[in-house]
Amino acid sequence: MASASATLLKSSPIIDKSEWIKGQNLRHPSVCFVRSHPTSAAFTVRASSYADELVKTAKTVASPGRGILAMDESNATCGKRLASIGLENTEANRQAYRTLLVSAPGLGDYISGAILFEETLYQSTIDGKKMVDVLVEQKIVPGIKVDKGLVPLPGSNNESWCQGLDGLSSRTAAYYQQGARFAKWRTVVSIPNGPSALAVKEAAWGLARYAAISQDSGLVPIVEPEILLDGDHGIDRTFEVAQKVWAEVFFYLAENNVMFEGILLKPSMVTPGAECKDKATPQQVADYTLKLLHRRIPPAVPGIMFLSGGQSEVEATLNLNAMNQSPNPWHVSFSYARALQNTCLKTWGGRPENVKAAQDSLLVRAKANSLAQLGKYTGEGESEEAKKGMFVKGYVY
Amino acid sequence: DELAKNAAYIGTPGKGILAADESTGTIGKRLASINVENVEENRRALRELLFTAPGALQFISGVIFFEETLYQKTASGKLFVDVLKESGVLPGIKVDTGTVVLNGTNDETFTQGLDGLAQRCQKYYEAGARFAKWRAVLKIGTIEPTELAIQENANGLAMYSAICQQCGLVPIVEPEILVDGPHDINKCAAVTERVLAACYKALNDHHVMLEGTLLKPNMVTPGSDSPKVAPEVIAEHTVRALQRTVPPAVPAVVFLSGGQSEEEATINLNAMNKLKTKKPWSLSFSFGRALQQSTLKAWGGKAENLAKAQEAFLVRCKANSEATLGTYKGDAKLGEGAAESLHVKDYKY
Repeated sequence: MASASATLLKSSPIIDKSEWIKGQNLRHPSVCFVRSHPTSAAFTVRASSYADELVKTAKTVASPGRGILAMDESNATCGKRLASIGLENTEANRQAYRTLLVSAPGLGDYISGAILFEETLYQSTIDGKKMVDVLVEQKIVPGIKVDKGLVPLPGSNNESWCQGLDGLSSRTAAYYQQGARFAKWRTVVSIPNGPSALAVKEAAWGLARYAAISQDSGLVPIVEPEILLDGDHGIDRTFEVAQKVWAEVFFYLAENNVMFEGILLKPSMVTPGAECKDKATPQQVADYTLKLLHRRIPPAVPGIMFLSGGQSEVEATLNLNAMNQSPNPWHVSFSYARALQNTCLKTWGGRPENVKAAQDSLLVRAKANSLAQLGKYTGEGESEEAKKGMFVKGYVY
Repeated sequence: DELAKNAAYIGTPGKGILAADESTGTIGKRLASINVENVEENRRALRELLFTAPGALQFISGVIFFEETLYQKTASGKLFVDVLKESGVLPGIKVDTGTVVLNGTNDETFTQGLDGLAQRCQKYYEAGARFAKWRAVLKIGTIEPTELAIQENANGLAMYSAICQQCGLVPIVEPEILVDGPHDINKCAAVTERVLAACYKALNDHHVMLEGTLLKPNMVTPGSDSPKVAPEVIAEHTVRALQRTVPPAVPAVVFLSGGQSEEEATINLNAMNKLKTKKPWSLSFSFGRALQQSTLKAWGGKAENLAKAQEAFLVRCKANSEATLGTYKGDAKLGEGAAESLHVKDYKY
């Protein structure tokens, strides 16, 4: 009987803190997993009754030349955006802004999916049409943010974990009814704070549980473990942490019987920390990031939609473009919020007469990133505004 | 440290826990069994009956409340938590919000309740609670419990424990392996050891301070559809499983009764405490049904039965107290229903 316990203890990919500090090579998780009883053939990879639909949705979102518009800012976060252009955080203003975004003519040529906040999923535009219907007409798949935010992780080094699993099964089912076809859950990992093995494990496990539940309800889960830009660490350290995080994420996704053909990833690119004195060129970012992807992401995953995490609009586009200079086994694209909306928001300034100009600037960014997805972005005619970095230290989403 | 002190106190030899945390739905089933309506007043009256039973509280170190009860009072207007405090009994609170099917498994479950848990625990501490409880459930089947179910439940228990400790509540870690099934005692032992190992791995990964926790496991027994064995056999298998998985830092193990009859549960606990072997933790009880069954029957919801019911309760409390010392002689006046099995197949708490 003692052997059963020993076997169990070996099965989790535990890395203790000292290994972190030395920055050594990390054990690959698949090495010592041994089951203590005969394999249960009945419960290997299986998706839900939605399996085919999930695969189709994921492929649609991961279509060439297109990416995701992340417009799922919680009311509090949206408030900050509106405040930056002198607007009050009211439902009407949020509705007006989101109407502007979803109705930009021809947006669906460059955008395959839009992530909504719950309020928006149930909202109508200012012309009285359901937001979801407008998106579908634009050939944009509606998605929904399902996590309930970050809270302090006890026993960690001041790190966070992501809430939202309680009642997730019923919530995702309701969102599907309302028209959502993919979901998003954002957890974070902080390099200056370690990250501790506990924080990494918790982040990966939460993502895996959320992904399994989402698939059961017919929603393609976007798996987003954001490795925060904060810190003065170099690009090699980011790479090391990213390898570990993605190894654990995929291990737990497999443990939870998640169907890889029906998920999308939303990773951060591998870059130096925001306060690092050594900057990296788009080519370097592309090299490191692609190396990471090749080592950790199974080809069954249809799409990798990068987050911008505080990079400037142009930076985010240049980096994406550099990654698409040769074919990849997965669709490598974008899921940008600030890097798509920044100029658009400023152009609008809350005035109805500026709506068209704002929509045009949104389309400019969307088209630029579409070209970047195809590896054809040239960077001509970019405005100064677009090049300004949007990194906010200690950013709370 | 307050947590270690409270945890150690709960495991005081001669004392144990009264689990009175039946949710509104579950208590409804109990009341229905004695033809009493499931309204707040009746729920309050039942709990008052238990907490004010003369002489009973001296054998109780802690009582687990359901949220509603934490804020209830006696008929004369005194808060239940105050009644307990005056008798040196620690109030506890159930904090999980129930089990949900684990997708992709054959009806295995995981336990919910983590969202917003820190805020809730703070509130409960302010109301007087000093320990908490979270029940994870696993079952034995041809391939169950699966690795996924074990990991998810262990992880939930660990996260809940870490949050509780941050809020000053001693977490009771309860990984109940249901007794349902035709398996023998050896299978139960193997599964129990595997599950407890996973739990302590998770607790350690989450930096939970073991000195400030309690364990509420099932006893190691044959499945409900399997022939019974002697209490000494149960005692040996149970204590051996604990020796192999529970670190000595844990101050007390407070067993759940899981469907055993009142008398059975007491006799098994007694056998464990008589066993001469390494036992660095105290072995006690955290019984719900196994403390209340005959009391409930004696009460029948009628005020005139109060004294009779309270006496029945005192009898079980005293018997279990002796069981924690290994001195129970099996001579407790058996109330009606004391020897009745409380097993309900595939029990949904």
